[in-house]
Amino acid sequence: MSTGNKYEENPEVTARFPDIHPPFDKSGATIEANRCLYCFDAPCTAACPTHIDVPRFIKKISQGNLRGSALTILDANILGASCSRVCPVDVLCEGACVYHRYNKQPIEIGRLQRFAMDAFYRNGAVLAAKTTERRAGKVACIGAGPASLAFAAELRQRGFSAAIFERKPLPGGLNTYGVAEYKLRASDSLREIDLIRELGVDFQFGRNISGEAALAALEREFDFIFLGVGLGKIRLLGIPGEELPGVVDALKFIEEYKTGRNLKVGGRVVVLGAGNTAIDAARAAVRLGAQDVQIVYRRDESSMSAFLFEYEHAREEGVKFRWWTQPVKLVGDEKKISGMECMKVEMDGQSFRHLPGSHFTIPCDMVISAIGQSPLLEFLQACRGVKLENGRVSVDRATGQTSHAKYFAGGDCVNGGREVVDAVADGKRAALAAAQLLEKIHG
Amino acid sequence: MVERKTTPNLSVNLAGIVSPNPFWLASAPPTNCGEQVMRAFDAGWGGAVWKTIGDPIVNVSSRYSSVDWNGQRMMGFNNIELITDRPLEVNLREIAEVKKRYPKQAVIASLMVESKREAWHTIVKQSEDAGADGLELNFGCPHGMSERGMGSAVGQVPEYTEMITGWVKEKARTPVLVKLTPNISDIRVVARAAKRGGADGLSAINTINSITGIDLDTFVPRPNVDGKSSHGGYCGPAVKPIALNMVQQVQSDPEAKLPLSGIGGVSDWRDAVEFLLLGCGNVQVCTAVMHYGYRIVEDMADGLANWMREKGFANISDFQGLSLARVQEWKHLNLNYKIVARIHEEKCIGCELCYTACWDGAHQCIHLDRAGQSNGHHATPAMHEAESKQRISMTPIPKLDHATASKGKEPYPTPLSRIPRVDEAECVGCNLCSLVCPVEDCITMEQVETHLASQSWEQRTSGAATLGRKND
Ligand SMILES: Cc1cc2nc3c(=O)[nH]c(=O)nc-3n(C[C@H](O)[C@H](O)[C@H](O)COP(=O)(O)OP(=O)(O)OC[C@H]3O[C@@H](n4cnc5c(N)ncnc54)[C@H](O)[C@@H]3O)c2cc1C
Ligand SMILES: Cc1cc2nc3c(=O)[nH]c(=O)nc-3n(C[C@H](O)[C@H](O)[C@H](O)COP(=O)(O)O)c2cc1C
Ligand code: SF4
Ligand code: SF4
Repeated sequence: MSTGNKYEENPEVTARFPDIHPPFDKSGATIEANRCLYCFDAPCTAACPTHIDVPRFIKKISQGNLRGSALTILDANILGASCSRVCPVDVLCEGACVYHRYNKQPIEIGRLQRFAMDAFYRNGAVLAAKTTERRAGKVACIGAGPASLAFAAELRQRGFSAAIFERKPLPGGLNTYGVAEYKLRASDSLREIDLIRELGVDFQFGRNISGEAALAALEREFDFIFLGVGLGKIRLLGIPGEELPGVVDALKFIEEYKTGRNLKVGGRVVVLGAGNTAIDAARAAVRLGAQDVQIVYRRDESSMSAFLFEYEHAREEGVKFRWWTQPVKLVGDEKKISGMECMKVEMDGQSFRHLPGSHFTIPCDMVISAIGQSPLLEFLQACRGVKLENGRVSVDRATGQTSHAKYFAGGDCVNGGREVVDAVADGKRAALAAAQLLEKIHG
Repeated sequence: MVERKTTPNLSVNLAGIVSPNPFWLASAPPTNCGEQVMRAFDAGWGGAVWKTIGDPIVNVSSRYSSVDWNGQRMMGFNNIELITDRPLEVNLREIAEVKKRYPKQAVIASLMVESKREAWHTIVKQSEDAGADGLELNFGCPHGMSERGMGSAVGQVPEYTEMITGWVKEKARTPVLVKLTPNISDIRVVARAAKRGGADGLSAINTINSITGIDLDTFVPRPNVDGKSSHGGYCGPAVKPIALNMVQQVQSDPEAKLPLSGIGGVSDWRDAVEFLLLGCGNVQVCTAVMHYGYRIVEDMADGLANWMREKGFANISDFQGLSLARVQEWKHLNLNYKIVARIHEEKCIGCELCYTACWDGAHQCIHLDRAGQSNGHHATPAMHEAESKQRISMTPIPKLDHATASKGKEPYPTPLSRIPRVDEAECVGCNLCSLVCPVEDCITMEQVETHLASQSWEQRTSGAATLGRKND
C-alpha cells in the first residue's frame, strides 16, 4: 500500500498565511505561566473536551519542566500541538478561566500549550508508550482524521494493534486539509501524526472503504472498527447555475490552496454561508488576492454560526457581509460565472419571506459555497446495524459505542461537525472503552 | 475655608545625625563613589552610608546571585563582595566633596579595619576630618572579611564588639552607629555589648549567610567563580521579616535599646513605615536601589507623606515605635479570642484554592457542597477531581446545541457549585484560606463572640484566670 506523507511545503502558501498567534518566547511564557492561579479542579480543564490538566502543564512551564509539560498535554490529547493552534479557546478553556471574573485577561492557555509542544518537537519528540507489551487485540479505523488518530494512538500506546484506512494520500483529515493555514500548517499537522506512526500504528492510504463487502472483511479481521469518517461535501445550493465554472465547494477551495494546487484567486468573490468554514474561505480568498470578498447570508450576525472572534477577524481583514440576502440564481456562460442574482428576505415567524421587488445582482467572478457539510450517508448506511439519527451516527456518549457492538464512532460523523478537540476527545473516550473490552476478550 | 494641612515633616534625627528624610542608602555599591552619592541626593535620598572604607581589597568577578520567585526577579539577593576596592584617600576626598556640595544630607562613613586600636583611631580621625556626619562600624559583613578577623568575626563576639566600639568612642566626635550582623543566635547579646562599648546608635541588619542556589547543569552554586562558589550575604525583600524581628528584639530590650537605623529588604514606603513603627529612627536601602535605581526614593517619600497626612501624623516621631507594645510573648496572647473564615460569595472567582489549602494544609473545614454536589460534605479533593474527569464537555456550537436547556439563574457571578463553604464550627481561624485567596477581601476573618473573658496561656497555667463568662 501507499505509505503517503510525501508533502512539500509551498513557500507561497507560507508567505500568504503567516501565523496569526505568534508563539511565546521563554520569558513571555514564564510570566504568563506564573499568572495562572493553579486552580483546584480547574474550570479550564473541565471546559477542555479532552480535559487536559491545564494548571498542571502550566505550572510545569513556569518551573522549567517543558518535557513534563508536553507529556501532560499529550497524555490527555495526542493532538495537543495542533489543538493549541486551532482550538477556539475563547469558547473553551480560556473562556472558562476564572480570571474573567477577576477583571483581568484570561490565561493564554492555547499559546502556553503551543509553547510546551514546540519545545517538545525541538527536543526530538519522543513519546512514552504506556506499556511495552504487545497485546492481542486489533482495531481498524476508517478515516485518518483527528478522531481516528486519537482512537488508534491510545490503543496502540496500551499495546494493542491499530490500523487506519484512509482514502486520501495524507493523514489528518480536515486538520491537514481544512483548517486555515494561518492557524495550522499542513506540515505541522503531519509532523504531529509522525509521532503516532512511530508508535506503530499501521497507516494505509488510498483505501476508500465503501460497501458492505469491504466492511464485512474488516469485521472479520479486526475486533473493533472505529468510524472516524467525518462529514462529506458541502451541500448543494439547489439553485440554477450551480454547475457553472467558478462555483466551488469551500472545502475543495481550502484544500487546493493548502496543498498548493491552486493559489490564484482574482476579481470579486462571493462566499455563501456564515459558519466558520465560510469565514475561513473568505479570509483565504482575501489572502490569495481577491479584490473584493463578500459573505452573503440570509439572516444577520445574531444567528450566524461562526464564532464571534472569527467574524471580527474577518471584518478586520476586509471581508464584507451582506445580511438578509438569498441567492436565487447564478449567471454566466460556459467559460465563467459573471454574477449572482439575489433577493432580500426577512423573518416572518419561523420562515423567510421574500421582499417583493428586491431582486438585484451581485457581479462576481467566483462563488464559494460554504453552507454546511452533508453527512456521508451512503457510506454510513452500508454499516449495517449502526443506527443513525439525522444523518449522525448515534453512540453511547460515555463509550462511543454504536448500536452495533463491533463499531465505535466519534468526531464530526457523530457530533454533526464540531472541532478538532471534540474529535480527539471522542476518539480517546472510545479507545478507553474499547481497551476494557479488548482486555476482556483477549485476557 | 478649608484648612490645608501642611506637608508632614519627614526630617529625622538619629542619634544626633540629622537628615531631611528617613531614607538613607545603605553601605553598598549604590554608595561606592562621590559621583553616585551626589546623583542619589539629587534624586531625593536623605542620607548615604558610604561603601565601607578601610584597607582596599581585591574583589572576585562574578559577585552576585539572586532568588527569583514566580516570575519576579530578585526576591532575594546575595553577594560575595568585600569592602571598597578604591584607595582610602580617594574615598575621603570624595566624602569631603559631597559634604561640601550637599550640606543638608547626611553622609556617614562606614568603617572596617583590622582589630587594632591605632588603626581604628586613624580611620575615625580621617573620616571625621573629611566631614562625615557620623560613623557606622561594619561588624556585619559575613563573607571574606570575616575570614580575616573583621566584619562578622567581630560582630559575632560580644567582647570584641564592646572593645572596638570603645576604641572608636575614645576618638570619635561624631555619633557612632554599630551595624549588627544577623548571623548570630541572639542579636540582643551583641547589641548590648555595643551599648556597653558606648555606641550612640545601631544599624540592623547586615546580610544573612546564604547559598542562593545551585546550577543544575554544572553543580556549582551561584555565583560561580571559576567553578567554585562561597557563601554570601543575603538581602532584599526576602529578608525583611527576619530584619523586622531582630529590630523588635533589640528595641524591646532595655539593655540593648539605642537609636536604630533599620535595614533589610526595605523596598517601598510601606516597608519603611513598618521599621519605623517598630522603633527605628530611619531606614537604609540597598537591594531595591540596585534593582530599580535611585529614582525609587520619590515614591518612598511621597507615599510616606501621604500616609502620614491620612493618619494625621505631623512628624515621624509621632508614630515611631507605635507597634512595639503590640509585640508580646506568645504566653500573653488571648486564648479566648476566636475568628472564623467568611467567604464573600459575590467576590469569589471559583479558583477553589482555599478548598484545597484547607483540606491539605489545614483542618478540612471548607467544603464544595453548596449546589448539593453528589459527593457532598465530606468528599475529598480526589473525589471531586475524579467526578470532574468523568464529565463530558463539548465545544458549544449554538447551531448544534439549540436543544440544551438554559440553566437556572445563578445568584453570584461564579456558579454556586464552585463557591466553597466554610464550616464555621470546625474552622480554627488559622487564616490560611484568606492568605491563599487571590482576590482581595474575598475571604475575611471575622471575630466571633465566645462570651469568654480574655485569658492567656500564662494566666491559664498559673491558675489566676477568671474562668467563665465575661461581664459586659
Ligand atoms: C474549513 C474548516 C475549518 C475548520 N477549522 C477548525 C479550526 O480552526 N479549529 C478546530 O478545532 N476545528 C476546525 N474545523 C473542524 C475540524 O476540522 C473537524 O471537527 C475535525 O477535523 C473532525 O475530525 P474527524 O476525525 O471527525 O473527521 P475529519 O477530519 O473530517 O477526517 C475524516 C477522514 O476520514 C476520511 N474518510 C472519510 N470516508 C472515508 C472512507 N469511506 N474510507 C476511508 N477514508 C474515509 C476522510 O478522507 C478524512 O481524512 C474546521 C472544519 C472545516 C471544514
Ligand atoms: C553587593 C552588596 C555589597 C554590600 N557591601 C556592604 C559593605 O561594604 N558594608 C556594609 O556594611 N554592608 C554592605 N552590604 C549590606 C547592605 O548595606 C545592607 O545591609 C543589606 O544589603 C540589607 O539591605 P537591603 O535588603 O536593602 O539590600 C552590601 C550589600 C550588597 C548587596
Ligand atoms: S486542547 Fe484546546 S481546549 Fe483543550 S486546553 Fe488545549 S487549547 Fe484549550
Ligand atoms: S482557570 Fe485560569 S487561572 Fe485557573 S488554572 Fe485555569 S488557566 Fe489557571
